[in-house]
Amino acid sequence: MRRVVVPPLIAASIGLALWEGVARGRSIPAYLLPPPSAVARAMVAEASTLASATATTAAAALAGFVASAVLGVAFGFLLASSRTIERGLYPYAVILQTVPIVAIAPLLVLWCGVGSRAVAASAFIVSVFPVITSALAGVRAVDPSLRALFALYRASRLQVLVKLELPGAAPQIATGLRVACGLAVIGAIVGEFVAGFSEGSPGLGILVMTSYRQLRTDLLFAAVGCSSLLGIAMLGAVSLVSHVLLRRWCAPAR
Amino acid sequence: MPRAIDIRGVRRRFVTPGGAFAASSTVAALDGIDLAIEEGSFVALIGPSGCGKSTLLRIVAGLDAPDEGTVELAEGAARAIAYVFQDAHLMPWRSVAENVGLPLELRGVPRPERDAAVAQALEQVELSDAARRYPAALSGGMRMRASIARALVTGPRLLLMDEPFAALDELTRQRLDERLLALWREHRFTVVFVTHAIFEATFLAQRAVVLSGRPARVLHDAPIDLPAERTAALRGDPAFAREAARLLAALEESA
Repeated sequence: MRRVVVPPLIAASIGLALWEGVARGRSIPAYLLPPPSAVARAMVAEASTLASATATTAAAALAGFVASAVLGVAFGFLLASSRTIERGLYPYAVILQTVPIVAIAPLLVLWCGVGSRAVAASAFIVSVFPVITSALAGVRAVDPSLRALFALYRASRLQVLVKLELPGAAPQIATGLRVACGLAVIGAIVGEFVAGFSEGSPGLGILVMTSYRQLRTDLLFAAVGCSSLLGIAMLGAVSLVSHVLLRRWCAPAR
Repeated sequence: MPRAIDIRGVRRRFVTPGGAFAASSTVAALDGIDLAIEEGSFVALIGPSGCGKSTLLRIVAGLDAPDEGTVELAEGAARAIAYVFQDAHLMPWRSVAENVGLPLELRGVPRPERDAAVAQALEQVELSDAARRYPAALSGGMRMRASIARALVTGPRLLLMDEPFAALDELTRQRLDERLLALWREHRFTVVFVTHAIFEATFLAQRAVVLSGRPARVLHDAPIDLPAERTAALRGDPAFAREAARLLAALEESA
């Protein structure tokens, strides 16, 4: 544990010290590069604003991520069920992945209205593709001999799905979900840039935009830090859940 | 003796689909196989690698269909087939007991009945101690025994085995051969055992069928002239060496 924690801490301390030194020593204006101490002060002073912004963004990102997990797995299994369906629909899943979210965010505002629903929809669109592909790959990778075994004992389609394909694809789906949860945070913040102005407390995307307009660069850095922490927290939560659920897949051989 | 399996004129071709840069091609795997297997017999199916032995076994199991010819199974055999693959193919997310119980679970057998059958099957392969362990924590031999228990749990009348011990070390393989023979003597199910190991076939089977290289045809079909009671000591017997040599000669012809 110590070997994992200590080196990055040392690296961070050196980096922060250099940053502080450069920002102060060369007297760079604070609106261009505030020293880390100023960012820390902003974090303390604006703690409640940052916390509520993080909570707002987290709720939207989580809603988008859960939608991605459920719909992405369902869609991946649908694609895996037949080559014809895969050929017919996969190109559109790719389009979903390649269209820049900033370009379709205004559409989301038109359809969902300004606010958390449009933001969650943006998080969903950005994060669903890796879930679809991982579910598809996971079902495709199910052991053909086990499929033959299920056929030999005349298993129903539902039995094959529940007892073979879902658990068999689970490790790959978990990988897809780990990628997706970070993307959901990105999708939520980008969504907020376009659609986040609404009733209630503004999210991190809004906080980034307003601090930028007010040249509160210290608060901007603090908000960026919070969004990064949010992504890390979601990744940690997904990794923990998948580790607990999947540990039998790779039980140590002893 | 009534027949368990009646194979007549079975042919099977595989078509590899062509792509942008390759024409599609047809490979003949089985070229007119005729084979009758008696109920309760132990038959070894021998042939060079890739000759179509596994294809024939899959067709008998109903996992694949012949292009020509018919496979008829006796009623008892048709309803109670078990198949053991080349590797154990256990589900890594299930414990040994849950893996072994799978066939009964798929048939909707109630829990208490299932547990009793699983316990009995595990006892037969001497794996009761490992019931709650997971496949990743088992040795190759233990995994294979779990796989055999999964096949035995339904009380099969026909046991199809596709090079089941090929990946194991020699000592483990010999022990499992002896265990399998004891189970066969006890239950008298019909066994079709695909292998390319001559000594294993000689030790196990009452009858050896040698297939030619692709496309497969039956080249040699003869009983193995050894006593029904077979123990580990038989492997050192001159009669064993003679039978093995006979089989080797037939196999060399096929290659």
